[in-house]
Amino acid sequence: MRKVLGDRKTIILLMAPALLLYTFLKIIPVAWSLGLSLFKGNLLTGFTFIGFKNFTDFVADPDAVNAVWVTVKYSVVVTLLQVTLGYALALLYIFVLRKASAFVRTVAFFPTVLPTVAVALLFKSFFSIGDNQGPVNAALNALGQPSVDFFVSGSGTFMVAVVMELWRSIGFYAVLLYAGLVDIPIETLESARLDGAGGLRLVRYIVLPLSAPILISSLIFSVNATLKVFDGLLALNNGGPGSATTPLTLYMYRSAFNYAEYGFGSAVAVILTLLCLMFTVTVFRTARRDVAEA
Amino acid sequence: MRTVRSTVKYLLIGLLLLVVLYPQVWLILGSFKTQNEFFTAPTWSLPQHFSLDNYVTALTTSNVGQMYLNSITVTVPSLAAMLLVGIAAGYALEIMVWKGRGSTLLYFVAGLMVPGQMILVPLFTVYFKVGLTNTLWPLVITYVVMGLPLTVFLMATYFRAIPRELFEAATMDGVSMLRAFFVIGLPLMKNAIITIAMVEFFSVWNDLLIALTFTTRKNLQTLQVGLLGFSNEYGSTQYGPLFAAISINVVIVAIVYVFLNKQIMAGLAAGSVKG
Repeated sequence: MRKVLGDRKTIILLMAPALLLYTFLKIIPVAWSLGLSLFKGNLLTGFTFIGFKNFTDFVADPDAVNAVWVTVKYSVVVTLLQVTLGYALALLYIFVLRKASAFVRTVAFFPTVLPTVAVALLFKSFFSIGDNQGPVNAALNALGQPSVDFFVSGSGTFMVAVVMELWRSIGFYAVLLYAGLVDIPIETLESARLDGAGGLRLVRYIVLPLSAPILISSLIFSVNATLKVFDGLLALNNGGPGSATTPLTLYMYRSAFNYAEYGFGSAVAVILTLLCLMFTVTVFRTARRDVAEA
Repeated sequence: MRTVRSTVKYLLIGLLLLVVLYPQVWLILGSFKTQNEFFTAPTWSLPQHFSLDNYVTALTTSNVGQMYLNSITVTVPSLAAMLLVGIAAGYALEIMVWKGRGSTLLYFVAGLMVPGQMILVPLFTVYFKVGLTNTLWPLVITYVVMGLPLTVFLMATYFRAIPRELFEAATMDGVSMLRAFFVIGLPLMKNAIITIAMVEFFSVWNDLLIALTFTTRKNLQTLQVGLLGFSNEYGSTQYGPLFAAISINVVIVAIVYVFLNKQIMAGLAAGSVKG
């Protein structure tokens, strides 16, 4: 029997396409990028070995340091807000809306699947000023406040970017966390209620510890997704004004493809990868310690 | 107490739906407004006529039509290839029995951790050397590779839930494992395949990074790349056509969502818990 299930020819036939594609077009390019990060040049000029100079250049470039700062700030702010608000929404689904929540869940999830470029252009108009003033400034005027030009400053653009990402993703995190909350046995909640735990105390001492695993995976997923932010900030204000909201991904793209600095671009990609790994490990470690203490 | 509770409940639902839906409704309404209405009427007013002029302008004067065609031309083969290759690997990894399949799966999962930026420069070099730039092939190939780790990982997970005896019984009747893949494996996995197809559809259709990197000519632009350029070219002057172009993009996704929202929600949630 094992012979048929272990038929070599079939295994090779089914496995080879995936293995070959993945190895030649993903793993080898990753190694290639690692190597390239120690070189200077591009396809036309050729490449010269320069050791770690790309990395020291990176640290010395204020634009690069700013890109790291934008990326980290965006990731931390958006991750904390989207997981917290998503969790609040999931609690609302479970404890307030109960069975009626299916429709609301489906509608609130929808923005997640919209193209980021489309969402960014929508929010750009929604927050716009001038001839074609958007609803946000119209509402400010209605409240007796002057219009605000959000896109003239880095902080304004950053704020719109955060609001936009939250609008897009909260429904998604709510569904993700809802799936974790549904698994909590009713009996556990009932007996805690009988012991006098109600409302927020119930959430703090029973629901929160029990949903810790799904919260941790949400945090890790969110951190990794937000560190790679690209389309949103590019489409919203072109990473500007100036380079005030240019994240690492966009900085990498411009170095490699607009300025044809392949080696330097690869070095930026390596730094981005390290940043993702570092954040994942940090979230994982801190979260595990907190769970152990709770 | 009861009525207060339910009033609060409906207020919360109302507020939530308003926040989620209003920007979208405002966008669609805007796509019917004339340039004059944008400048003179309040931003929350309804359009005076529901004419399709803006849509006609968007589709004819810029090449939104061509962009659509490009997006479809890229998405369909990418999805088909990625799914076929990924499902086959998932089947070989979980149903078939061989040494080293555990570490092979890990080898694929490792790919989930690496940002796409790590492969852009080498792939660009290869496509350039092979002479594939100025075609849509770089996009198709890159999407297949980018989507492969998640597809393999999810398919392996779904196949693991199927008892291997099912396939053993079939092979007793003289069916080869390759045939069993097509006549038993694929039909059994129908729901799982739709779920993964949806996840990958959105990641390919909505992608900007890869499309922007490997699109060298204007007539090869996908919808997302084109929309980005469209807003730069006409954004400050022609609001109606811009809103129409964004709306077309939103409506297509909405239609898919109406029919397949259960699979989409399940798939996207499954795709994220991998960490």
